[in-house]
Amino acid sequence: MAELMKVLGIWLGAYFTLSIFSFLYKDNPFYKLAEQIFVGLSAGYWLIYTIYNILVPNLFNLLFTDFAHNWLLLIPMLLGIMMLLRIIPSAQWLSRYPIALMVGTTAAIYMLLSFKSDFLAQIAATMVNPFKFSSPVDVVGTILLIVGVLCGVYFFYFSKKQEGVFAIPSKIGIWFLMVSFGASFGYTVMARISLLIGRLDFLLRDWLHIIK
Amino acid sequence: MKKNLPLIVAFASGLLILIAGFIPHKPFGMLEETLTNWFMIISSFAILLGQISLIQANVTRVAHRSPNWQYYLAGLISFAGMVVFGLLWGMEKTPGILGHGEGISQNLGSKPFDYIFDYIYMPLSATMFSLLAFYIASAAYRAFIIRNFESNLLMITAVIVMLGRTSFATWITSWIPDSWGILQLPRLTDFIMQYPNTAAQRAILISAALGVVGSSLRIILGIERSYLGGGK
Repeated sequence: MAELMKVLGIWLGAYFTLSIFSFLYKDNPFYKLAEQIFVGLSAGYWLIYTIYNILVPNLFNLLFTDFAHNWLLLIPMLLGIMMLLRIIPSAQWLSRYPIALMVGTTAAIYMLLSFKSDFLAQIAATMVNPFKFSSPVDVVGTILLIVGVLCGVYFFYFSKKQEGVFAIPSKIGIWFLMVSFGASFGYTVMARISLLIGRLDFLLRDWLHIIK
Repeated sequence: MKKNLPLIVAFASGLLILIAGFIPHKPFGMLEETLTNWFMIISSFAILLGQISLIQANVTRVAHRSPNWQYYLAGLISFAGMVVFGLLWGMEKTPGILGHGEGISQNLGSKPFDYIFDYIYMPLSATMFSLLAFYIASAAYRAFIIRNFESNLLMITAVIVMLGRTSFATWITSWIPDSWGILQLPRLTDFIMQYPNTAAQRAILISAALGVVGSSLRIILGIERSYLGGGK
């Protein structure tokens, strides 16, 4: 039975794969159906994932097994329920409290995190002596790194108009940014292509058994 | 009151986390842990809210027989199926209301929730993203039309990085002697990723961090209050 269900699963997977690819021709009922099923399954998956991996271990289990020590968890639970009241227009204002708590906490967490890891740590990592390396490639690379960071940051300085001599570092900053965008683009393309190869491999190997 | 009290809540929670960041001792360290835990729980309810909103929108479309309502019905059915199977027999090693469902798992080869995940959700998800490979090709054509020096730089780097990660690149540049090894495409790709790319990413991170600090302060101090929405 399990073997039969596995074969059925592969056929289902192949059907949905081809349904999505059919969009390359034009929008059609097969694609629309697959798209909506994908949306429904995604929502269902994340709901169940949230229940089993966050709410059950961090809230319900603690409340049901040791209420005396965890009664304080009733507060986030109440705030969570208040958040759900957003769907009732007359009680919508109550959702502002949990949102305010989330926004305030997130802002502070990200402020500390960004300042430590994105600001201080990145500046510290750029303070390298390029001439300590023996390889000329590393020396040139590190000089490029320092110049690139300085010019890149200068490009994002908007408090003063960048013209004349002051526009030169900004221009160099743009060049570095373009190289980085090109690299990111190349990586994204390669990631998508590898996903495409994965799907073609599934169709030709698992479904049609053309590739052994 | 309905607007000022949430501002005080945002200020107090933000300030507490900030203080705990600089004084990681009792009681601030403990308070930070509690608040972070609460944040996680409330976020889960926010996810739930998003899903309720999605169901509401789809139910309305189906009820009003909007164009293509049949597809939205299929979406609702698949959502309900995933949730029911997940709640009844659980996912992976987590049991559901009816336990692990050994009988049904034996027939399917895995739990119903995991079966749908492996054979329907995963192919749909992977194919949906792989579809972008085709559209990214058309985007590349538009991006790579050489207009100036900057777009030239973007194109050359993208081509080097794309080629540099394939065995073809090793094959076509393997004749270059080791003394000029940096010109071999895989090594050139590594160089680009390690130096100019890191430099630009660092510049973006440093500048964005300053922006994050600024906007966080605006939120904590109550200057930025658009998250509270309009109304009374």
